[in-house]
Amino acid sequence: MYDAGLRVIHEDAVANPGIEPHRVRMTEKSVKHEKNAVRQVAALFTLSMLGSALALYAYFAFPISEDLTTVRLNTLYLGVGITLGLLGIGIGAVHWAKTLMPDNEVSEERHLTRGSDEKRAAAIEIINLANQESGFSRRKLIRRTLYGSLALFPLPGIILFADLGPSLGDKLRHTAWKQGTRLTKDPYGSPIKASEVTIGSVFHVIPEGLMPGEENYLEEKAKAAVLLVRVDPDQLIETEERASWSYQGIVAYSKICTHVGCPVALYEQQTHHLLCPCHQSTFDLIDGCKVIFGPATRPLPQLPISVDAEGYLIAQSDFHEPVGPSFWDRSVQQ
Amino acid sequence: MAQLKRKLNGLRRSPRALVVVLFAGLLVVGSGYTAVQAAVSPSTAVTRSQEQIDLGKRIFLSNCASCHGKNAEGTMNGPSLIGVGEASVDFQVSTGRMPGAASGPQLEVKPVQFTEEQISALAAYVGSLADGPSIPDASLLQANGDSTKGGELFRINCAMCHNAGGAGGALTEGKYAPNLMGSSEKTIYEAMLTGPQNMPVFNDANITPAEKNDIITYLKYLQNNRSVGGDELGNLGPVVEGLVAWLGMLGLIIAITIWLGAKSN
Repeated sequence: MYDAGLRVIHEDAVANPGIEPHRVRMTEKSVKHEKNAVRQVAALFTLSMLGSALALYAYFAFPISEDLTTVRLNTLYLGVGITLGLLGIGIGAVHWAKTLMPDNEVSEERHLTRGSDEKRAAAIEIINLANQESGFSRRKLIRRTLYGSLALFPLPGIILFADLGPSLGDKLRHTAWKQGTRLTKDPYGSPIKASEVTIGSVFHVIPEGLMPGEENYLEEKAKAAVLLVRVDPDQLIETEERASWSYQGIVAYSKICTHVGCPVALYEQQTHHLLCPCHQSTFDLIDGCKVIFGPATRPLPQLPISVDAEGYLIAQSDFHEPVGPSFWDRSVQQ
Repeated sequence: MAQLKRKLNGLRRSPRALVVVLFAGLLVVGSGYTAVQAAVSPSTAVTRSQEQIDLGKRIFLSNCASCHGKNAEGTMNGPSLIGVGEASVDFQVSTGRMPGAASGPQLEVKPVQFTEEQISALAAYVGSLADGPSIPDASLLQANGDSTKGGELFRINCAMCHNAGGAGGALTEGKYAPNLMGSSEKTIYEAMLTGPQNMPVFNDANITPAEKNDIITYLKYLQNNRSVGGDELGNLGPVVEGLVAWLGMLGLIIAITIWLGAKSN
């Protein structure tokens, strides 16, 4: 079937079935069922009331005390009570609507989205008139300078965004380690003698003096955390530059993963693998903590160490590169 | 006097002097090393009877020597046991890890193969070969320390592998840190002291015996007290908790949605 042009007019492949025949509910056919439904709805609302009452009762009957186990009963009964209180209302209301309120199927036609031709013509006329009177198309100079000003005005605002937060300064590039800082045990801060670090040992290390109460204690600790391990010096693969960074097989590496900054501390004594628990980046401790598996892209930074006159392990300097994950101007030297 | 001097000079040049000097040097270095070792792992006085050692050696030869060598010197299939100490033997054998059943990423816990008497004989034999960490004294295994301090030490030194709730966790290439919820005080102590398999060593300079007792106290507290947050779901963390919440809650939401859309009859 064709109309005036070449457009093919299809008949609907599937005929519109219309509204399905109305099915009469049992609650309309029998008084018994109707009464049952009424009772069910009322029971659900009553259950809701009981639930709310239970929640109130539980709040006073199971107070939270110093004993942590009291949290369990308090949370459990408060939760059950409030859940019943809300679910009872919701399910009761829906059940009421489904069983007792009228359920005749009604269809409403959608109105057309296209406006009438007259309204469309009138709109176009208004736009044309505005263009004519303002001279927007005709006066090119005004139009182009307007475009320019619109393009430039948001820029100062964008630049000002940089001032919204505190300035980072060089905080990402330096840690609490300095030349001569003693390596101490996390968390109690006792210094470590080189002789105490036996082969296969792992020490979790913080810089001396970094104790709770210090300014920015947690931030500094998060940057300065170090893992100290002694391996057989013959197994250690060291570049010429780093040969003096270890002490008799004792090496110290930043514990902060270069991927997204989780603490890398799962050390396997026999394989010398250091595993990050978050995304399974694996570092080879005897080979400069190079990445051997996982999403990290840079080796863990090494802390150059030596011993002081009393035999305690000390840092030769801060890390030679920023610890932790990449940031946007990390490669810029400062 | 001059004669004596000449005589001494003569002695200094004699080849025997070299032996004496070497011996003295070795003695100094050796005793210095032993002193350092002793400072790191003080071994309490151990009483091993010769009968025990002999019995241990017989058990060793028939059960262990095929991998560890006839004199515990190690072979291609097993490490040397000289200097590993009695604590190491006790840990490996009394948890059933040794004798190993099959090679794999890690030795598994399995039914114990020997009686307590046999295990202590075996430990005495290996302990008699060279000094090493000895079995901890019962006074250190009372779990009567400070559990708060123990919890702090556990979270810093142990939780990255064994999980903050002691439930264990995965390592690389099929290895894993075992669940600690069934471990005895002695097993936990010996594991820290000897660093079995891929676990690092935590010697007494790193975690003092009192601190080890604190850690054991903390783990015993976890073993004996149910979680206040309800079901622990194996203490395996957010993945398991998320899975249960998603499957349970999504199922409930789907069920309610189906009920909402269904017509009442």
